[in-house]
Amino acid sequence: MARSSFVYVIYIAATPEQVWHALIDGEFTRQYWGHDNVSDWQPGSGWEHRRADASHALRLVGEVIESRPPHRLAITWAEPKDRAYRDRHSRVMFDIEPVGKMVRLTVTHDNLDADSEMDGNIRRGWPRVLSSLKSLLETGRPLETWAS
Amino acid sequence: MKDPDLVFKALADASRRKLLDTLHAHDGQTLSELCAHHDMTRQAVTQHLNVLEAAGLVITIWRGREKLHFLNPVPLQAIYDRWIRKFERSRLKAIHDLKRRLEGTHDG
Repeated sequence: MARSSFVYVIYIAATPEQVWHALIDGEFTRQYWGHDNVSDWQPGSGWEHRRADASHALRLVGEVIESRPPHRLAITWAEPKDRAYRDRHSRVMFDIEPVGKMVRLTVTHDNLDADSEMDGNIRRGWPRVLSSLKSLLETGRPLETWAS
Repeated sequence: MKDPDLVFKALADASRRKLLDTLHAHDGQTLSELCAHHDMTRQAVTQHLNVLEAAGLVITIWRGREKLHFLNPVPLQAIYDRWIRKFERSRLKAIHDLKRRLEGTHDG
């Protein structure tokens, strides 16, 4: 099966701690992502991505692989039905590096099934999520949320 | 922070847009793989990639001894958010207004 990987880079006028916090705090992710990210963020723990509306629908699950605040977070990423099938999980790494007064956030998403629906969602999703994150951290306002 | 001028300049060239299309079709390619898709010298491809990298549209990652090139669409998203989204909104309003007129109602 062909695997695909993607790398996204965005520069944000914020501190590494702010960016870290923005990735793991559900109260924060719901503002720019429309979803809560829920976990204790310890290696080996699970994490969940739930709609931030009344349905609280479970959209994504995974495991925390590496958690080194505020520099590096690595998680697996899967549809809820694949929770128990680790070989179907893709992997996401967030690397946070200070660059002058800004932060360079690199999101590497790999081990995806090329041509899968998830692959397409990833390509469309990350640029919007990251732009919205940048907008929220820099201006206090996220971009308009989207219907998924 | 990447200057939007660099993004527009990088996009103002057909060869560079084609390089982005090639990466969109298959991300994470080496220079040699990219050269195979393009009728340009290796040197020309390298120069175009440097312009794209300076604009933040291409990211390079070393994997062992291979330097891989990835499309980074985030600067394009910023242009979309800044320049396109607002026109879409007015277009949607125009369609909505047309629908109201055609249907002869004024209550939406």
